[in-house]
Amino acid sequence: MKLIKYFLPVVIAIVLISCSNNDDDIVTVNEIEDLLKVQEISNENHTIEVFTKSGSLVQGFNNITIRIKDIQTLEFVENASITWKPMMHMMAMMHTCPKSALVKVAGKETVYNGFIIFQMPENETEGWDLTFNYTINGVDYEVVDNISVPQAPKRTVTTFTGTDDVKYILALIDPQSPEVKINDMVVGLYKMENMMSFPAVENYKISLDPRMPSMGNHSSPNNENLVYNAISKLYAGKLSLTMTGYWKLNLMLMNQNDEILKGEAVTEENEASSLFLELEF
Amino acid sequence: MDKLKISFIVSLLFTSTVFSQKTVNDTTKIIKLNEVIIINRETLNNKKQVKPLASIDEYLEKSNKVTMIKRGNYAWEPAINNMVSDRISVTIDGMQIFGACTDKMDPITSYVDVSNLSEVHVKSGQQGSENGSTIGGGIDLKLQKSNLDTNLFNIGFDTGYETNGNAKIISSEINFSNKKYFVNADAIYRNSGNYSAGGNEEILYSQYEKYNFSTVAGIKVSEQGTVVGSIIFDEATDIGYPALTMDVSLAKALITSISYQHKNKNSSLSEWETKLYFNAVTHVMDDTKRINVPIHMDMPGWSDTYGFYSKFKIKKAKHNFLFNANAYYNKSLAEMTMYPNDPEENVMFMLTWPDVRTLYSGVYGEDNLVLNSNSKLKVTTRIGFQNETISNEFGLNSLKIFYPNMDDNQSRILVNISSQYEYVKDKFQFLGSVGYGERAPSVTEAYGFYLFNSFDNYDYIGNPYLINEKSIELNAAVNYSSTKLKIGLEASYFHISNYIIGEFDANIDRMTIGADGVKIYKALDYATILNTNFSTEYHFSKLLLMNASLGYSIGKDQNSNNLPLISPLNYKFGLHFKKDLFDAEFGLSGAAKQRNFSRNYGEDETDSYLIFNTKMSYSFQNGSDKILIKSGVENIFDTYYSTYADWKNIPRMGRNIFVNISYVIK
Repeated sequence: MKLIKYFLPVVIAIVLISCSNNDDDIVTVNEIEDLLKVQEISNENHTIEVFTKSGSLVQGFNNITIRIKDIQTLEFVENASITWKPMMHMMAMMHTCPKSALVKVAGKETVYNGFIIFQMPENETEGWDLTFNYTINGVDYEVVDNISVPQAPKRTVTTFTGTDDVKYILALIDPQSPEVKINDMVVGLYKMENMMSFPAVENYKISLDPRMPSMGNHSSPNNENLVYNAISKLYAGKLSLTMTGYWKLNLMLMNQNDEILKGEAVTEENEASSLFLELEF
Repeated sequence: MDKLKISFIVSLLFTSTVFSQKTVNDTTKIIKLNEVIIINRETLNNKKQVKPLASIDEYLEKSNKVTMIKRGNYAWEPAINNMVSDRISVTIDGMQIFGACTDKMDPITSYVDVSNLSEVHVKSGQQGSENGSTIGGGIDLKLQKSNLDTNLFNIGFDTGYETNGNAKIISSEINFSNKKYFVNADAIYRNSGNYSAGGNEEILYSQYEKYNFSTVAGIKVSEQGTVVGSIIFDEATDIGYPALTMDVSLAKALITSISYQHKNKNSSLSEWETKLYFNAVTHVMDDTKRINVPIHMDMPGWSDTYGFYSKFKIKKAKHNFLFNANAYYNKSLAEMTMYPNDPEENVMFMLTWPDVRTLYSGVYGEDNLVLNSNSKLKVTTRIGFQNETISNEFGLNSLKIFYPNMDDNQSRILVNISSQYEYVKDKFQFLGSVGYGERAPSVTEAYGFYLFNSFDNYDYIGNPYLINEKSIELNAAVNYSSTKLKIGLEASYFHISNYIIGEFDANIDRMTIGADGVKIYKALDYATILNTNFSTEYHFSKLLLMNASLGYSIGKDQNSNNLPLISPLNYKFGLHFKKDLFDAEFGLSGAAKQRNFSRNYGEDETDSYLIFNTKMSYSFQNGSDKILIKSGVENIFDTYYSTYADWKNIPRMGRNIFVNISYVIK
């Protein structure tokens, strides 16, 4: 019995290894499958590789995956704890933006994932940088570099002041690849407490009315308004798109007392809400 | 001159018709539940002929059973017993073929032409279920085929001109047969500009152009067996639909078949035929020629059908059996692409028919039983199994917006049964029949996605959960006929449960710019349709004949609301004179005011009308060649009118003078 206990893992390992000719490659390839590298940010010890699906960053929501490569050993670090801080350097001031924590992807060894919502794009004189602070085996490191955040072709993020005089940021998270169907829709809603703090707004409601301005501003059936999900800290609803093309997602933001903070209903007279997002496919 | 000769020979090679000497029986009854419209020009001065080069639609319109819904000057949609496309079965020589237009702009009858056909069999109600499940009846368009037992060779030319619309028609045919094989080939070309309504009002976008080639050829492979192949190619371009917001740039069909026919008069299995067929229809709606459209769009559609049938005729004592086992597989796909005014914007695309694959298989049995010298009983039954699959995921997801839990596949069983009793005594004939029929929802009714109906100005959404429409029908007819006088009276009543029709849904926003909203196909508890018809014919002398008919229909839903497209009181009167080779006809036709209209479905009161027509023909021999000249005036007084069957009250043609010349070389 004891023999089996010791041998079995070995046998399994041999079987697994013999199924592939190079298990190191398997790890590298698999964990960033379907992702494209945006850029590498390095200090003297490590290179942080930044990946997204498209291979670039853009104004609005960005789902970002990173991994840390040890410059000495060329191996990927598996035990870092890491935080990130995007920063906009404007002429007169600096500010950051809404973001998630950067956490190790469950079931994977080397990759960490999170999202950043850039509420404004870069321009000729103003731009973003991204700082990573991470700890490996009790040692703290920092790395920073400029990143490129061009303007999104459609409005996927919007900044506005509600009737409660609070400044909000609202961003489209899903659908990233809209289709003619009932799409799961997710948005993030954040309050701008100050230049450095954008906490998620909880338990508000967002009504949804998608329209096609090029087709006489018709709507679509069976949409579901967006409601807060305490686990994801995001707002989820259903977006039905009856055809391809340009859709304007008219929204109204309501607080817990159902008071409208921003946006108007779309009617014959009122073509669009002042609070809206856009998508085109 | 050489060029002329060559083109002459080429046209001979490509064309032909049937001018065989089959005699047309003069029928003794004037009311028949099954009507045969003779199209073929075998007998060139057949008085039933409208004009040799009339469109097939004009031929059908002469039938008491058939009415034609008009959206313009081309591709009229036939209705039997006041029921249109989805409720009737239309076949070409028993072959199933389905239009590719989501807006019914291409009924099957638009993909053949008179040059292809010998007859049209129109059968009312369940009598028409031989080739497929039906509620209203069946139309089978019979292709022209020469008889193998006769030696025949002829060439025919037809040409026609009509003043209204400046319409030009030219056709040519070759027919050849001997004991071993036969060939019928023909070609026809039609071209018409915009027609004018009464008072010389030009109806914009009513032009069309079309050509059609067809060849049917057979070869005798044994004493009893013949192999017959047929091919029809039909293409129409630049078709205007003045009643609609879109025109058609292309309507194209390829219709082919190969069959084996076996005849043995000495056996109880007197006839059997097995046919394999394939047809492909392409239909492209567009609005590029229209000015002032809010948004330009293209709406192409495709419908391909593969099928077979096997028919047997068995004679046993007093029984005359007919069995027909058939199956087909149809693929229907249609798209819509809208082009935003801002060229930077992405096009708007949707699937209006989600690539529906319909597999139908069924068996039909019929027995004509001679009970005694006075009475006959006919019993028919059809059982079919139908499976529908949505094979396009984009289309399925689109429909799931409305029906989140819908399946991509469904099956249904369809049953049709009827029995007809006929009793003849002296100069009287009585006919009575009862029937039960079912039909599956059409592709549009089950799976259509935002299909705009300009008639009631609503977008329509299909409903995959519709159950079969079921009809119980009763028919009765009495005929009296003597040598001078014939009188016929007929009534048919349909009680249709789960009657499929669009119902307004206030919760859904319209898609089409300018539409009033969205209707979803739903099943009414029931609807009823009653059709009555009275006809009479009187022979003043051998030379002079008078005929007249009067029809009245009424259609109601369960709440006694009127159904749409139901004919008001209508009448026809004709006077025929025939002496030797000369033939003249004067006719009038009209309808009373349409009071029982359906406001919910976009109808309004249509005024009464009365129009007058006249025509005359002269046929003569030139050696062995035969020449027929037919000329006439339709709508003599240039009356401005429209009927209940005119989409959006589009006015009908004003005065039209036509000339047709046919020349047959034997």
